[in-house]
Amino acid sequence: MSHNRRRLSQVAAGTGAVALLVAGCGGARVGASTGPGAGGAAAGNLRCGQINLAMNDWVGYTADGAVYSYVAEHSMGCTVKQIPLAEQVSWQGFSTGQVDLILENWGHADLAKKYITQQKVAVDLGANGNIGQIGWFVPPWMVTKYPGILDWKNLNKYASLFKTSESGGQGELLDGDPSYVTNDAALVKNLHLNYKVVVGGSEAALITSFRQAQTHKTPLLAYFYSPQWFLSEVDLKKVSLPKYTPGCDANLKTITCDYPTDQLNKVAATAFATKNPAGFLLAKAFNWTNQDQDVVAKYIAEDKMTPAAAAAKWVKANRTIVNNWLLGIPGAKPL
Amino acid sequence: MSAGALVSGLSVRKIRSRWVWLILAAAWLALYLAFHGTSTLPLSASSTTSVQNNLNSFNNNISNGRNSNPVFLYGVNYVQVGMTHFVSFLQSLISQPGFGRPAPLIGWLGVIAIVGFVSWLTAGWKYAVLGVVGFYILGLQGLWQESMDTLALTIAAVLIAVVIGVPLGIWIGLHDRAQHIVLPVLGFLQTMPSFVYLAPLTLLFLIGNASATIATLIFAIPPVIRLTDHGIRAVAEPTIEASDSLGSTTWQKLVKVLLPMSRRTIVLGINQTMMAALSMVTIAALISAPGLGQVVIDALQTLDVGTAFNGGLAIVVMAIVLDRTTSAVGERSQQVGGRHLLGPQARRLAFGAGAVVTLWAVVESAMYVWANTFPSSPTIGPAIVAGASNASNWVQSTFSGITVGLRNDVTIAFLNPLQSMLTNAPFWLVILGLCAIAMIIGNARVAIVTLISLLLIVGTGVWQDAMQTLAMTIVATVLTLIIGIAVGVWMGRNRQVDRFIRPILDAFQVMPAFVYLVPFLALFGASRFTAIIAAMAFAIPVVVKVVADGIHGVPAPAIEAATAAGSSTWQLITRVQLPLATRSLALAANQGLIYVLSMVVVGGMVGAGALGYDVYSGFVQAPLFGKGLAAGLAIVLLGVVLDHISQSAANRIDPSRH
Amino acid sequence: MSGSMTPPTARLAPDGRAGDLEAPDDEGLLRVRDLWKVFGKRAAEIQGSQDLRALSRRELIDQTGCTAAVRDVSFDVAVGEVFVIMGLSGSGKSTLVRCLTRLIEPTGGSIEFDQSDLLQVDHKQLREVRRRQVSMVFQQFGLLPHRSVVSNVAYGLEIRGAGKAERVARAHEMIELVGLSGYENSFPHQLSGGMQQRVGLARALAVDPKMMLFDEPFSALDPLIRRDMQAEVIRLHHEMGKTMVFVTHDLSEALKLGDRILIMRDGEAIQLGTGDELVGAPADDYVRDFVRDVPRQDVLTLRWLAQPAKPGEDLGGLALSQHTLVRDAIRPVLESSSRVRVMDKDRLVGLVGREEILAILTSDQK
Repeated sequence: MSHNRRRLSQVAAGTGAVALLVAGCGGARVGASTGPGAGGAAAGNLRCGQINLAMNDWVGYTADGAVYSYVAEHSMGCTVKQIPLAEQVSWQGFSTGQVDLILENWGHADLAKKYITQQKVAVDLGANGNIGQIGWFVPPWMVTKYPGILDWKNLNKYASLFKTSESGGQGELLDGDPSYVTNDAALVKNLHLNYKVVVGGSEAALITSFRQAQTHKTPLLAYFYSPQWFLSEVDLKKVSLPKYTPGCDANLKTITCDYPTDQLNKVAATAFATKNPAGFLLAKAFNWTNQDQDVVAKYIAEDKMTPAAAAAKWVKANRTIVNNWLLGIPGAKPL
Repeated sequence: MSAGALVSGLSVRKIRSRWVWLILAAAWLALYLAFHGTSTLPLSASSTTSVQNNLNSFNNNISNGRNSNPVFLYGVNYVQVGMTHFVSFLQSLISQPGFGRPAPLIGWLGVIAIVGFVSWLTAGWKYAVLGVVGFYILGLQGLWQESMDTLALTIAAVLIAVVIGVPLGIWIGLHDRAQHIVLPVLGFLQTMPSFVYLAPLTLLFLIGNASATIATLIFAIPPVIRLTDHGIRAVAEPTIEASDSLGSTTWQKLVKVLLPMSRRTIVLGINQTMMAALSMVTIAALISAPGLGQVVIDALQTLDVGTAFNGGLAIVVMAIVLDRTTSAVGERSQQVGGRHLLGPQARRLAFGAGAVVTLWAVVESAMYVWANTFPSSPTIGPAIVAGASNASNWVQSTFSGITVGLRNDVTIAFLNPLQSMLTNAPFWLVILGLCAIAMIIGNARVAIVTLISLLLIVGTGVWQDAMQTLAMTIVATVLTLIIGIAVGVWMGRNRQVDRFIRPILDAFQVMPAFVYLVPFLALFGASRFTAIIAAMAFAIPVVVKVVADGIHGVPAPAIEAATAAGSSTWQLITRVQLPLATRSLALAANQGLIYVLSMVVVGGMVGAGALGYDVYSGFVQAPLFGKGLAAGLAIVLLGVVLDHISQSAANRIDPSRH
Repeated sequence: MSGSMTPPTARLAPDGRAGDLEAPDDEGLLRVRDLWKVFGKRAAEIQGSQDLRALSRRELIDQTGCTAAVRDVSFDVAVGEVFVIMGLSGSGKSTLVRCLTRLIEPTGGSIEFDQSDLLQVDHKQLREVRRRQVSMVFQQFGLLPHRSVVSNVAYGLEIRGAGKAERVARAHEMIELVGLSGYENSFPHQLSGGMQQRVGLARALAVDPKMMLFDEPFSALDPLIRRDMQAEVIRLHHEMGKTMVFVTHDLSEALKLGDRILIMRDGEAIQLGTGDELVGAPADDYVRDFVRDVPRQDVLTLRWLAQPAKPGEDLGGLALSQHTLVRDAIRPVLESSSRVRVMDKDRLVGLVGREEILAILTSDQK
């Protein structure tokens, strides 16, 4: 017995020695400073740690997140943790410390009231430069064939065109991901439209449907939005609903008006500013146009580039915009 | 009539008379024609009822009181923080940066070495090879980190499940009264579609790892409790008596007799728990659990069949490694005193060498990048993604006419009429019909359970959605049973076929439910039919297995006698094998219903609407939270009704008669 | 052969039961008195109620839902005695033997073992009794499948806290004793049934108990192996002199092993006596049925056949002890010209001649 034990301890000692010996020779060590910024925290520079970035499920947002992450990592040595979350769920993350930043927020007055005004766990970081517009769209071929289809008043006339296996006797209005902002069910009801809202599942499903509808000249009425790279591939036509006036969408029970044109904005956790000033300042400065976003989104969705590669490509081509963001962030290296 | 279809599928034999059914159906139809379109309790997608609004404000109260309410301050929050830290700890060991390092403590080389070494010790060298190769494939697929996240979460849930489940199983194994309380709870947990409790859990434990772990725990813990209980109870009475007669204390008896003798069964329980945990961890991606599930969900968002397949394949690979290794541990614990290839001296030496290599690999992977981060080449990931995408594109373009046609035919011929009947009938008429069926197939107790559950569904305010879900469930179950019984009979009659098909079924079963959604979504578009097909893919393996085992279990003498009497194959199947396997068929129907329901609900994410959509949208849209909760409740209640009715059908068929 | 024989000195069971309870000598190791075991919700009421006690087993079930497995059983076992409890299945014999160390908790009565009442001791003391004083061998062996032979045999010593060296040494000793040397490191599933029961025997012997209980230990074995094992028990009893309580449903086994035999039916003790007493003077038809097929010459002794001397009969013939088995007396009696004298030491018990012997032999042909 004791003999065995001695053997074992010898083995263990030997093992350790071998391990050290082998470990001694060669290769890049984990944690050795290889990336930029990691070692460059000179006096006065802001150190950048981990940023918890909410990632919502549409390609435009993926583009936002990719570019922000690329810049934060390569200019300031931050670690960005991308957390895939539905848009409204992301807000919950502010109160629990799970989320530091949302880069593209579509309105959500109720959530802003709850988390910014009441709980004071989030702050508005201002516009991200994108203009958001939600609406109902049809493929362009329909506009010439069915005059007046872009006016909501004529939708009932064309309802039978949009019948599918899912909508029964009514026309189908195809919606996006269940998590997206939508008033469609209420609008259909309040405008007395003979339509049924069918939820398609995702942005990709919407795009596939539109592409097929345009190619095969099949009818389709669906929820869509800009900024959106796909609009440059197929120029979808928006159906005009009764005009939006401020406050007309306050009550879902009575709503009868179109979606507003939103200045999309950035929202951050209140603690983000102190926890990670560099990441916070970059988020505050982050601002680009719909065209910019569409370019990156197309790289990702259409050209199948990884988000990081797409971001790198765009940043290389748009150094001035990016370096403009970095002005005034101590320690940020221009790219 | 929905119920008629349901019942004929169950092939209940003791139905007193055909006339009862005919009269019932006629009466029901007459009432339907008189009253249809009234009392249908509609509720549009964005509307809510006052009950649902109350649930909503309940949600708000909870989220506002998270840091003041004593229940949270002294209970829930501790659990949440504890779980989160536990999972983070495991993640920083193998998958995520941690311990102040930019990379996990143990890199791929170390993990693979540990997997190999541990499976060698516990299961044998073959399994060590399987483990090493399997995990290396995960890396080659380009999914190392995701796989390790999934593994970390699975391990966390399984560890907690074992720590709670084994003692609980022992306790109920030793105490009948405790068993009578615990087993029904476990049965209920197992019939509850996992999709349903994600949202309520995030209400308590927030989104993220804590909720994911707890959801996984709830889903995965029943097998280990059940099998521990079973193992303890299966220990031979003489052995226990012998131990008592020699003066064992209770503790000695437990440690020296009961546990060692039930070890194999307990390990089997842990194995099943592990498989369940793995599939649930993937679904928990919906509440932002990291890992392979996230890969699949993202692929679902972008309709990327290739990536989804790659992710699903990784899950299957991991499942195979974990499953085979833990089963081997179980089998090994049985064959005590087995032969060893090497003598004790050589074994000790081999063990030492293995330990040295493993330790070296771990240290190396902790210190050096090459052994820590899985190299980006060689890789097979892109090839798999491209291959699967191409295959799917080919299928889509080749069969798009057929698939759309199939979808439309089934939808128009079966689904729409059934759904419109259920949704247009007054709610009381549907309740009346279902209660009558429950009464005839089962008994008064089943009818009362049915009545109460259905009334509660009315109370949740999502009656119409529940009827839509019911319609989809019935159509999918009937189709599932038709295919399942056909294949099951084939397998049950032919061992060769069985040997060939069974592994495929096993692979289908470990594949997490919503991996199926992606290709079917691509093929059939956003529709209820997609949900039905996915539900069938999910449920058919179970049904096939139950039916095959039932057919195979038909006593050989009965078949010999029938063959000797000159029966044709068809007569043999319809007159002897199926009737003698009736109980298995009823069980298959029961399992089929439960599996279908749980998947039809997930289909709400891809255009199937109904309760599943309510749950999912409640989860992602703050104003609909209450409605989602109510819909979740309705799903559970629907499950209770379907389970009770189909169980009672199975129980009516007395196995002792055969 | 229908009527009982009436040996001159037989201690008859039915009436003389009380007198029969005492062990052959005064060194009683185990004294069981008024032992009851009733299963059922109202078990506790039965023993105290004269009315209920009087009911038959069937009536008791009908009226109270309770089953009396052991009813009012009393007996003594002497040091070194092999005491057999015999009955058909369901007679309560296995329950009775389990009650002796409270593996089944008796409903009432007393069990005095080695001067202490086992029904009064607490669980700790009871465990000590089981660990050191009384051990048991089971029909289904009850071996631990995950342990080797040596570890199974050492199990009793292990749980009472003996050191490893001590228990391994003792286990090896026992394994040798039961003839299993060479199988120390085998596992139960690698052994035949007979060998497994040898392990069970060694395990029971290893704790060096004062008394050993056997619950139909050889019923599960082949007839040939059963005979070997019976011989083994007899050998061990001779070598070690352990007191044994042995339950069986096999009369020939009972007769072979038992110094005295207790016959049970429906939980009740029907008759207690030596083998020749049971065969020679069955207490009732039940016992008579039981012993019907026993070869009488193998069981009965000459005292059961001895007849008073006829007036003027020749008392000069061969003298045999009254304990001589009939079997062994056949030849001398048949060869003897006069009737053989049957002696209790120096006292003449009676005479046995051809007639008596032939009566016994022919009665067996039935």
